[in-house]
Amino acid sequence: MLRFVIRRLLVIIPTLFLVITLSFFMMRAAPGTPFQTGRKLPAAIEQNVMRRFGMDRPLGVQYLNYLVGVVHGDFGPSLKYRDKTVAQIIAEGFPKSLILGLTSLGLATIIGVGLGVVAALWQNRSPDYIVIFIAVLGVCVPTFVTAPLLVLVLGSKLGLLPLAGWGQPQNLVMPIMVLTLPQIAIISRLTRAGMIETLRSNFVRTARAKGLSAGRIVVRHTLPAALLPLVSYLGPACAGLITGSLVVEQIFNIPGLGRYFVVSALQRDYTVVMGVVILYSALVMLMNLVADVLYAALDPRVVLT
Amino acid sequence: MSVATARAGRSLWDDARRRLFKNRAAVASLWLLTLLVLTSLIGPLLCPFPFDLLNKDDVLVAPLVHGHVLGTDAIGRDLLARIFIGLRVSLAVGVVATLVSLVIGVAYGATAGYLGGWIDDLMMRIVDILYSLPFIFFVILLMVTFGKSLFLLFVAIGAVEWLTMARIVRGQTLSLKEKEFIEAARAAGLSAPAIVLRHIAPNLMGPVVVYVTLTIPGVILAESFLSFLGLGVQEPLTSLGTLVSEGARDMELAPWTLIFPALVMALTLLGFNFIGDGLRDALDPKDR
Repeated sequence: MLRFVIRRLLVIIPTLFLVITLSFFMMRAAPGTPFQTGRKLPAAIEQNVMRRFGMDRPLGVQYLNYLVGVVHGDFGPSLKYRDKTVAQIIAEGFPKSLILGLTSLGLATIIGVGLGVVAALWQNRSPDYIVIFIAVLGVCVPTFVTAPLLVLVLGSKLGLLPLAGWGQPQNLVMPIMVLTLPQIAIISRLTRAGMIETLRSNFVRTARAKGLSAGRIVVRHTLPAALLPLVSYLGPACAGLITGSLVVEQIFNIPGLGRYFVVSALQRDYTVVMGVVILYSALVMLMNLVADVLYAALDPRVVLT
Repeated sequence: MSVATARAGRSLWDDARRRLFKNRAAVASLWLLTLLVLTSLIGPLLCPFPFDLLNKDDVLVAPLVHGHVLGTDAIGRDLLARIFIGLRVSLAVGVVATLVSLVIGVAYGATAGYLGGWIDDLMMRIVDILYSLPFIFFVILLMVTFGKSLFLLFVAIGAVEWLTMARIVRGQTLSLKEKEFIEAARAAGLSAPAIVLRHIAPNLMGPVVVYVTLTIPGVILAESFLSFLGLGVQEPLTSLGTLVSEGARDMELAPWTLIFPALVMALTLLGFNFIGDGLRDALDPKDR
């Protein structure tokens, strides 16, 4: 187990290196500079600015400098937001995305697992069909449709919730609803499939034959085995959600990480883009590792090598 | 009934077709998809307004006013005509990008699986690494870097989606290559590329077809997502995602600009998802 974890952690390093290299050169190949997107700057000033950020040096040298910085934990200054470092921007945006992501994923897990269990226990009867309907709805109506519709109904027409923004608890309600629905869909589907398969297995039959109560059979015997596929789904999903949903943050005007990423990519704020990409990749890989370890812990048949 | 038909056995595909047509949801979605495809092809010809015509006097008019069946958008373009074109573009993106991922994924996965050994290890390790890259970020970077062209959109999304396909195909190939008919082909002196192409690839069809039908809605979503962020299809051309995003902007004044495109989008995704599920049940009946 320990060897497995160490080996996986070691693989993360070259992968991150690859991510940094790819995104660095792709970003630099893009036309335009961070200082020349809107109005035209006098050439002398532009040169000065470029020198200030070391961007007058050859690209290879800049790349090496950047790598050295990253190894020392220094992601450089933002090229667009004056007097802010990339670390500060991430420190501002990340907690907001984190709150949204973790809350939605937590809610979705509770609701999704509940619905999945109900559907499996009443397979091919009306509760099952209702859950399947919800799952289909969640898959077929993407977030950029549910979000504006919710804003239109709950925000504009009924005036129950603020349209957009950040800072008050009410601001959280709609983004969380929007982020939760598709997750409920996927989680309830996974749970339902896992439950149906496990309910047919021999050890559940044994539990029934022993005369255990229905509740105990579901909670103690079926669920742990049925939820295994969910574990491997939740790892990457968690990384995806906590780094911010680009669309939801855009619509609700939330200054989270996803929004910084899109704005920075369009404005050629190289360092901020790189910082977010590195953070995201590292999180995805870590979460995948956590999911694999958890999986092995839950399922004695899996041996990590 | 002639002797010949009585003798003809039922192939895997006959069985699958029979099971598929018994599945009411799958049949209904098959009809729905046919209808959507026909609409996207014929619709623009029947619509009296070109999709890029600006009707200056009819900005944001409600449905059924001045001959605009579904109303107009913020610069007076007929919404029905735009939905037709948007549907056409979205379907095209879905199909073409999926084909790109299909070709790359099958070629890559079959090669890795058939050759095996260290080549397989290396190729699959590359896939593992690519999996952990933040792909949506890379697609955004790609669009920013090389400009927003429809062709690039196809390639970018297709290049992202081939990974899972490669894994599925490799797994299938690993088990297929131990079968007797492959051994026979090898004994007959066929070269490795010929075996992969002529004997392995056709036998991969089942899982690949299922995955393809589930990839198409994924690609349509990815494109809409990019369009929503302003990085997808560019004016005056449009896609369902672009239409939804424009509708979201104008929904206070003209809710129909949001509701109709969203409805078409949901129906399209619904159709593909149900047909995918139906195919999976039909080709792999053990989970029912």
